[in-house]
Amino acid sequence: MLKNRIIPCLDVKNGRVVKGINFVDLKDAGDPVEQAKIYSDGGADEICFLDITASNENRDTIYDVVERTSKNCFVPLTVGGGVRGVEDINKLLNCGADKVSINTAAVQNPEVIIESSKKFGSQCIVVAIDAKKNGNKWEVFTHGGRNNTGLDTVEFAKKMEDSGAGELLVTSMDRDGTQIGYDNDLMFKISSTVNIPVIASGGVGNLDHLVDGIKLGNASAVLAASIFHYGTHSINEAKQYLNSKGIPVRI
Amino acid sequence: MNVTIVDYNSGNISSVINSFKEVAKDKVNIEVTSDLNKIKSSDKVVLPGQGSFKSCVDALNGITGLVETLNEFVITNKKPLLGICVGLQMFADLGYEETETKGLGWISGKVLKIDNQNNKFKLPHIGWNEISIIKESKIFKDIENKSHMYFVHSYEFIPDDKNVISATTDYSSNIVCSVEKENIFGTQFHPEKSDKIGLQIINNFMNL
Repeated sequence: MLKNRIIPCLDVKNGRVVKGINFVDLKDAGDPVEQAKIYSDGGADEICFLDITASNENRDTIYDVVERTSKNCFVPLTVGGGVRGVEDINKLLNCGADKVSINTAAVQNPEVIIESSKKFGSQCIVVAIDAKKNGNKWEVFTHGGRNNTGLDTVEFAKKMEDSGAGELLVTSMDRDGTQIGYDNDLMFKISSTVNIPVIASGGVGNLDHLVDGIKLGNASAVLAASIFHYGTHSINEAKQYLNSKGIPVRI
Repeated sequence: MNVTIVDYNSGNISSVINSFKEVAKDKVNIEVTSDLNKIKSSDKVVLPGQGSFKSCVDALNGITGLVETLNEFVITNKKPLLGICVGLQMFADLGYEETETKGLGWISGKVLKIDNQNNKFKLPHIGWNEISIIKESKIFKDIENKSHMYFVHSYEFIPDDKNVISATTDYSSNIVCSVEKENIFGTQFHPEKSDKIGLQIINNFMNL
């Protein structure tokens, strides 16, 4: 039976790990390579790096981080943040990333998803969607949550599936950093519309939130940063807890 | 000993390279190349593969003499080869991803899209799944039945001769996830991404 995945995410800036509260107020807390190794040794099903200020700054630091991590961690590694096109994807894959997540570029130019999934295979193309609720729908945001595109998130998700995305990483901007749980209505709406796996993101504050993401949100995988990063819970504790709630996990 | 990872523009192979180098340490020389003479002279060959069946076959055929060299290595000289993911799928006679495409024909059978029961199962099959070992395989030494392996695929290999199947995994049906036929080994899952247990499989292959 296929297991639900637990994915710790590390926000990386200038080669160092930070975790933003609603994308501002960053705290520096460690070396990403070391942290990723702790996670993979602890049973993380995948590791995710998000290069948060990649669009604006020198990107070379992330390549070095990815290269060193991939020589030490033998679980899938997903890298996102500031990925503009095929060239960037190629470079990250060559450094040892297994999947690349694409956010702003997927909205601005959906051709990037068609082209890159043909070139590298859908298995390594993750479209990261930042969504914010507006009335009874969710709108797609880009540029790290700064720009509202006005696009309907569910329609956009479907379009990305049709374009060749292998997975969707869906973050609720309303919940990110709040620790009150995923927006499970959003997750469920998307995961019941598309037939590719959905990774839930944004808002985890306790282990029940992970359970809810899978049971209520119908997510294939759950992503969290703070609860793991600040040592509130270990990956193993999270897995044991999910297992006790009847969710299939790799232990 | 020389182990060659065939670099034929089949997509991202850096994780395969990293994992083999990790296991090899200084004991085994790992070559990453499409150089025919180096392939011929190596002791073992790894055939990775990402993307579609067709794109991988096209990439193999794109390098003059590569298919002939692999045939000689595997069929004539009976030296060990490990196919990973689409690398395994290409053992088949035919693949049906994008369009009908001829494979290497080393193990008779077809590669078909996983029947996901009218979208009851999401595709690709992505993530960790347990393998059921149904036949002793040399690459499963010290691997427990029901071990978790990392999968990413939408197509499955259906061999004509079921005796070649060494393990299956349950995703909508029992999907073939490992084969062994004499000197030919293949995994549908990614040992290079399957943590310590995956590295053990790589180690087993290198120690054949």
